[in-house]
Amino acid sequence: MEVAVGQLFTGLSLGSILLLAALGLSLTFGQMGVINMAHGEFIMAGCYTTFVVQQVVHATGVALIVSLFAGFLVGGLLGAALEMGLIRWMYDRPLDTLLVTFGVGLILQQLARNIFGAPAKNVVVPEWLSGGLTLAGTVVPKTRLFILVLAVVAVAVLAVALKTTPLGRRIRAVVQNRDLAETSGISSRTTDIGTFFIGSGLAAVAGVALTLIGSTSPTIGQSYLVDAFLVVVIGGLGQIRGTVLAAFALGLLNSFIEYSTTASVAKVIVFVLIVVFLQVRPQGLFTVRTRSLA
Amino acid sequence: MSDSRDTRRARPHPLLKMVAAPSALALSALLLSGCGARDDADSGSAAASCVDTSKDSIKIGSLHSLTGTMAISEVTVANSTKLAVDQINAAGGVMGKQIRIVAEDGASDPKTFAEKAEKLVSSDCVAAVFGGWTSASRKAMKPKFETLNSLLFYPVQYEGLEDSKNIFYTGATTNQQIVPALDYLKQKGVTSLYLVGSDYVFPQTANREIKAYAAANGIEIKGEDYAPLGSTDFSTIVNKVRNAKAGAVFNTLNGDSNVAFFREYANAGLKAAEMPVISVSIAEEEVTGIGPQNIAGQLTAWNYYQTVDSPQNKAFVDAYKAGYGAGKPTSDPMEAAYTSVFLWKNMVEKAKSFAVPDIQNAADGVTFDAPEGTVTVDGANHHITKTARIGEIHPDGLIYTVWDSGKPIPPDPYLKSYEWAAGLK
Repeated sequence: MEVAVGQLFTGLSLGSILLLAALGLSLTFGQMGVINMAHGEFIMAGCYTTFVVQQVVHATGVALIVSLFAGFLVGGLLGAALEMGLIRWMYDRPLDTLLVTFGVGLILQQLARNIFGAPAKNVVVPEWLSGGLTLAGTVVPKTRLFILVLAVVAVAVLAVALKTTPLGRRIRAVVQNRDLAETSGISSRTTDIGTFFIGSGLAAVAGVALTLIGSTSPTIGQSYLVDAFLVVVIGGLGQIRGTVLAAFALGLLNSFIEYSTTASVAKVIVFVLIVVFLQVRPQGLFTVRTRSLA
Repeated sequence: MSDSRDTRRARPHPLLKMVAAPSALALSALLLSGCGARDDADSGSAAASCVDTSKDSIKIGSLHSLTGTMAISEVTVANSTKLAVDQINAAGGVMGKQIRIVAEDGASDPKTFAEKAEKLVSSDCVAAVFGGWTSASRKAMKPKFETLNSLLFYPVQYEGLEDSKNIFYTGATTNQQIVPALDYLKQKGVTSLYLVGSDYVFPQTANREIKAYAAANGIEIKGEDYAPLGSTDFSTIVNKVRNAKAGAVFNTLNGDSNVAFFREYANAGLKAAEMPVISVSIAEEEVTGIGPQNIAGQLTAWNYYQTVDSPQNKAFVDAYKAGYGAGKPTSDPMEAAYTSVFLWKNMVEKAKSFAVPDIQNAADGVTFDAPEGTVTVDGANHHITKTARIGEIHPDGLIYTVWDSGKPIPPDPYLKSYEWAAGLK
């Protein structure tokens, strides 16, 4: 029982981290079809933002909250710059975006190495987040509870923003049918930039959360990139609810398999299951219903 | 229709069959003989040395990863090699000659290490090379040094089960680090262990040795887990460790994974007092990264800590901090690299020659009063005697010795003197 509760929570926690990492990608890849290999580096940008903020604001709790907003801004600006500088020229060439953004990712990694040095940097975890709570007989680390709550809040804010704000409505319109949206007077340029801003900002928020569990190195984004793509593909392109479901499903699956086998074996089994799943449902859990002819 | 295609593929041309069987035989024979033939390859010193001893300076190679993922660890080792060279030069050099370092970058890539080693020996004509960190880089360089009949000084603790007359191993081998750690735990009354490591050569080999030791000493292995290199998610592994309720955790994780592991360990409410973790690759530098409050009280097994109390170590630490910054800690591999250069100097002076065969003949018994204590070269296996130390990590981020072997332990890379290790290869 204790074991089951422990692993259940571990699975949810892993799922929430995957969700944060994949949420932004669900916008830029799922909805806009841009294969953004630099997504991992936006996560890294969030980690380093947290580190920098902590150098300036010494109260660790305040620094963490400030970092969430600062990280979103830094990631968002990087993403908007990438969109305006490179991606706008290649919306009809998705495979080229893969190569270009891969290059950008490498440049950002080296940049981080030059600015912060190769050794990993570490963010001090606030006092109120260290240690754990005892829930149903098992100790649950507070940092992981915090990340779980953060993921839920991020999804809620994003969903409300897409549903109710003018930008959200424009994003949905452009995704469904770019040409028709333009004829209705929506500027697809500003909408594209806006989407990239939000998607990349969310990646950086994931980075802020990651500083609580591990150390920050220039390559940290790489370890989450593949998982993030998997989550988006399994969820079904362009589906926020698919992303949420896929992230938690993968997290839980991974934690229970890992408990009865080992970390490496669990990764293999999960990959095999994903391959089988995509054979049966190539479109993922959910599909977009669109009026576009494409 | 598909049938005919299948049969055509399944039936090879008769001529092919005639050639295939004998060549397969020949190939496997070649492979088999290749294994046996390797040892006598270096018996005749085929390559004539191009080391120039006529000038008033002598060249040595420094070969470390100055770029790539290993740079974080290896740059400091290259620095302490240079520190030793500077000190020797200031005191008059080796046999009256000043030492000049030819520095090369192994770029965290075993292939590059092998290429640069060859370049240093055959075109730079260095008298010896000091370098390497990962076992993969050492394994890649080993055949180069053997065919060129040159010398490599390798400064990092490793998994043992190796020796070469062209390599001097100045870091610990298993019986100078892992076995003392196990002895210490046993003496403290630990009866069960949980093994956590990164998924690559060193932890897997080390854990095989630990399991053999445990089987012979009545220690129960409660579990064994490997995380992919660079992994930062340890919640499941920590859950498993907690539920296993072992007496101690033996940690062979590498690099950044340690940060995530120890944070998770502390947050999950596991304490050093109840289930201590003993680590074999955490030095002062990693402790800072993990956050001393998350790891205080945990144990490490090494041969050297910055806090070792000896005049030799005080001089070493002071000189390093003066050269590279007051905040820079010194670590076990750095100390071994520093010691390597002095050992080479002492071997050369004992042999009165820079020639490799002369140095090999003179090596046995050469000693140096190192920061870790006196070390002596064992001419039979080219390892050195080392003092084993168990350290406890303190909240100030430094590691303090709680137990030491009192005297240097002779190296036993193949664990020949331990009955329980008979099956290990």
